[in-house]
Amino acid sequence: MRWRDPLLLIAILLAGWQLLYLAVGDVGLSSPSRTVRNVTAMLGDARFLPHIRETLLAFTQAFAIALAAGLLIGLTLGASRLTGEVAEPILVALYSIPKVTLYPVILLVFGIGMPAKVAFGAIHGIVPISLFAMNAIRNIAPVHLRTARVLRLSPVETAGKILLRAALPEIVTGIRVGFSLTLIGTLLGEMFGAQRGLGFLLMQAMSLHEMERIMSITLVLVVFAAAVNAVLLALERRLE
Amino acid sequence: MSVAGLLRLAVIAIAVGALELLCRTGVIPSLTAIPPSAMVEGLLRILQSGKFTADIVTTLRNVAVAITAAMLAGIAFATVLQSLPAVRRIFDPLFAAYYAIPMYAFYPLLIVILGLGDLPQIAIGFLLAVVAVILNALNGLDRVPPVLLKTARVHRLGAVRTALKVRLPFAAPYIFTGFKLAVAYSFIGVIGAEFITSNRGIGYEIAFAYNNFDNRVMYPMILLVLVVVITINMSLHHWERRLLERRRRS
Repeated sequence: MRWRDPLLLIAILLAGWQLLYLAVGDVGLSSPSRTVRNVTAMLGDARFLPHIRETLLAFTQAFAIALAAGLLIGLTLGASRLTGEVAEPILVALYSIPKVTLYPVILLVFGIGMPAKVAFGAIHGIVPISLFAMNAIRNIAPVHLRTARVLRLSPVETAGKILLRAALPEIVTGIRVGFSLTLIGTLLGEMFGAQRGLGFLLMQAMSLHEMERIMSITLVLVVFAAAVNAVLLALERRLE
Repeated sequence: MSVAGLLRLAVIAIAVGALELLCRTGVIPSLTAIPPSAMVEGLLRILQSGKFTADIVTTLRNVAVAITAAMLAGIAFATVLQSLPAVRRIFDPLFAAYYAIPMYAFYPLLIVILGLGDLPQIAIGFLLAVVAVILNALNGLDRVPPVLLKTARVHRLGAVRTALKVRLPFAAPYIFTGFKLAVAYSFIGVIGAEFITSNRGIGYEIAFAYNNFDNRVMYPMILLVLVVVITINMSLHHWERRLLERRRRS
């Protein structure tokens, strides 16, 4: 019963894909069965694995930076009412700007290669993580804090037992959004300015119009992103 | 203006001033960045010369089309989905994982289906924006108090009229949040797609200027995007606040 809905969704998506394939043909996309075959072949290909490793490495670094910096910024700014009020519109504005536009600036500052990818991934992730963390702290009910005072908890105890518990679900939401955006940012970084990584392979396949390749890489990325997302979502639900 | 507002202006002024100083003193070389004052000057020059007017108009129009389509389709889809809980349960995980999908990977497919014109760019903007609209509209529709729906039943409103007269008006503030996100996502989608492949538009001109190390065009164009997006975002934010205040008073 628990598995029926997800399986149904996958079946619907596969059917839609197959129908689209029948309508558009080989020029537009490759069929589900061929793509899956191609993915298994690709994952066994020694030339392909370094690219996956490169992307994972860039992504891990970018996400670590986004997580650390985002939480630090968010928790600090959320701690006082004034800083939160000053920072929120700025963070929202930063969240809404298309960061693709800033890509050339990142390249000019960091040069082509690993640091640019990591930086581009990180700037995508920092803003949502800090925004959610800041609001999580700001939205804690004052009665919780008053209770902590009444119970004479030390600041450390207050942070650990009250603040963190109350704010954690929203912080995890921010981390989940930040995860997705960091992954997209890293891939975009690889697409526009790199010689290695999945984003680079994707861009190369696009310019050569190798549909099978494009679809296979996309499938790998989507499955990876959806899997991590599902884990974080389950964690979020349990915390609530 | 409030203390927070003044402090915010001060923070922004200090950041821009620091960038200006670093560029003027040569700590940041002119090949990397040009000072903010030169960006503004360049932007005014570009707007006056009319050299990129066609690109700017194309991009803004495509973004507008993507937003409109995403709003209409998103609200309609959410209204239908809300009345079909079984279908909605199936689609929920897709919505939750949606923004983890690198949408640009579907760009070649969209070019094959939609041709080489403006449509693929619009489609990317639409695809990014529509789910934000759906999620926020659903969030609002879920909160319609049962008493309002009962009143609608007492007045014998049909499903369509209940949606138009009761459900959607009630969900309006939530749909507005979706609208704000749709604006942001449409800009991201359209300009990002212009970066990858296209032969006009603001994104294309920025990429072209970058490839030619033409910072005197690139930075003003980037500034233009930032100014446009932030201005729209700020005005929507103010409008939303006014709407909420009016609702609270009545």
